[in-house]
Amino acid sequence: MSSLNTINKITFKQKMEMYKKRKGSLAVRMLVKLSALITFAVLIYIVLFILINGVGHLNAEFFSFNYTTENVSVIPAVINTLVIIVISLVISIPIGILSAVFLVEYAKRGSKIVNLIRITAETLSGIPSIVYGLFGMLFFVNTLKMGYSMISGGLTLAIMILPLIMRTTEEALISVPDTYREASFGLGAGTLRTVFRVILPASLPGILAGVILSIGRIIGESAALMYTSGTVAQIATNVMDSGRTLAIHMYLLASEGLYTDQAYATAVVLLVVAILINMSSQTISKRIIRKG
Amino acid sequence: MNKIEVKNLDLYYGEVQALYGVNMQIEEKEITAFIGPSGCGKSTLLKTLNRMNDLVEGCRITGEVLLENTDIYKDMDVYQLRKRVGMVFQKPNPFPMSIYDNIAYGPRTHGVRSRVALDEVVEDSLKKAALWDEVKDRLKKSALGLSGGQQQRLCIARALAVQPEVILMDEPTSALDPISTAKIEDLALELKNAYTIVMVTHNMQQATRISDKTGFFLMGKVVEYGTTEQVFSMPREKETENYITGRFG
Repeated sequence: MSSLNTINKITFKQKMEMYKKRKGSLAVRMLVKLSALITFAVLIYIVLFILINGVGHLNAEFFSFNYTTENVSVIPAVINTLVIIVISLVISIPIGILSAVFLVEYAKRGSKIVNLIRITAETLSGIPSIVYGLFGMLFFVNTLKMGYSMISGGLTLAIMILPLIMRTTEEALISVPDTYREASFGLGAGTLRTVFRVILPASLPGILAGVILSIGRIIGESAALMYTSGTVAQIATNVMDSGRTLAIHMYLLASEGLYTDQAYATAVVLLVVAILINMSSQTISKRIIRKG
Repeated sequence: MNKIEVKNLDLYYGEVQALYGVNMQIEEKEITAFIGPSGCGKSTLLKTLNRMNDLVEGCRITGEVLLENTDIYKDMDVYQLRKRVGMVFQKPNPFPMSIYDNIAYGPRTHGVRSRVALDEVVEDSLKKAALWDEVKDRLKKSALGLSGGQQQRLCIARALAVQPEVILMDEPTSALDPISTAKIEDLALELKNAYTIVMVTHNMQQATRISDKTGFFLMGKVVEYGTTEQVFSMPREKETENYITGRFG
């Protein structure tokens, strides 16, 4: 084989020869490579920075079930975070998906109301989360007298991620080919059956991507929760209790100035939780897709 | 016996008129072919026969379409109509589900729940569509793994599973290779013993090979309609002759 030269591979030398003639191409090549490198480097730097500063401060006490001012345990925050995720998703997934179904499958394409809802959703997703927090405090906490509670926080975040879920679902539904709809209607099925048996299953991957993004936003959210679910450091035993999530836990530890090390340790936990949830939701979505 | 009768049908897409005063009788248990150049209205007429045009926004129809003397636009439930008048599309469009679920989709839609009954319908439909032997060992596998020709026969089986009386085929072989095309044509000939078939085709040889009646469309009008033999050997109209001899189109 060695005596035969591969002719369909460009060697480094040949490449450089080509670039000599086209200086612009070389510059663009360098630029895209550099951009990719910077993105990657920043990410790696942050992750390493957190790990180096945080891993050393992870110890058994930090993971004890009850929070005290000595151990500043992270476990209540982990559990509260999961609870907030569940509450927000349970509320926003059905509403978000159904409103997207309305926009794509039921409303007339290009009608005024569709555009209005779309613009509203886009505007909502551009609002800073502290504004949602303020609204949540005034409406859920005060007006509806829910107090600082998991339910107030969950509802506030549900509103916050609603446009995201709606928009991603909408995109997913639009990308389902019309031939599926034709086939289903051609067999005498109605819109309801077509949507739930054919269109939604076919658009699941896209919808799940939206849900995963939403989970990411919930995990990372602190401003909107500060004024709604409050900052109590214990496990919330019912939805009317106040409880802090990981992001808030970290914010408070860092701002108090006494627990900087533990704040880094919390960041490590936050990172791990985020990665775990991401991986598990991707596994789930892959399994669902394979089934289909 | 007339299965379908179209009377004075005009069809508009928004402001544009696509069909002009169509009158046609479609005979039971025959293959009727619609031929004509692109955009002549043959697919449009086909889609009015099971009201698929209802899904097109701005589509307006006047006139009458009768299925066994019942007006399908006035006196019939559209879901019931589509159960009786099934459709096979230009490009094979199986659902992204298993072969079994594809076939069972129609019967389930119309209320069949029993496992035994569904198994029977699936086997029966696949046999009628001459696909059973090729797929019987992988009914639970995704239908998207089949070849194009197999997918199209699956779509025919899917249409058969709701026990229709009429099958509309919109250029069913235009996306297929010659061998798959031959299989579909044989299948159509076999099926006409039990079903009424209306087929749009771009392929004039196909029309002569399998159809009993042929309608020639031009610019939204039915120029000529008669037995396939007559239309192709002694066309009454000059335009038909020009088209079938390949002078245009």
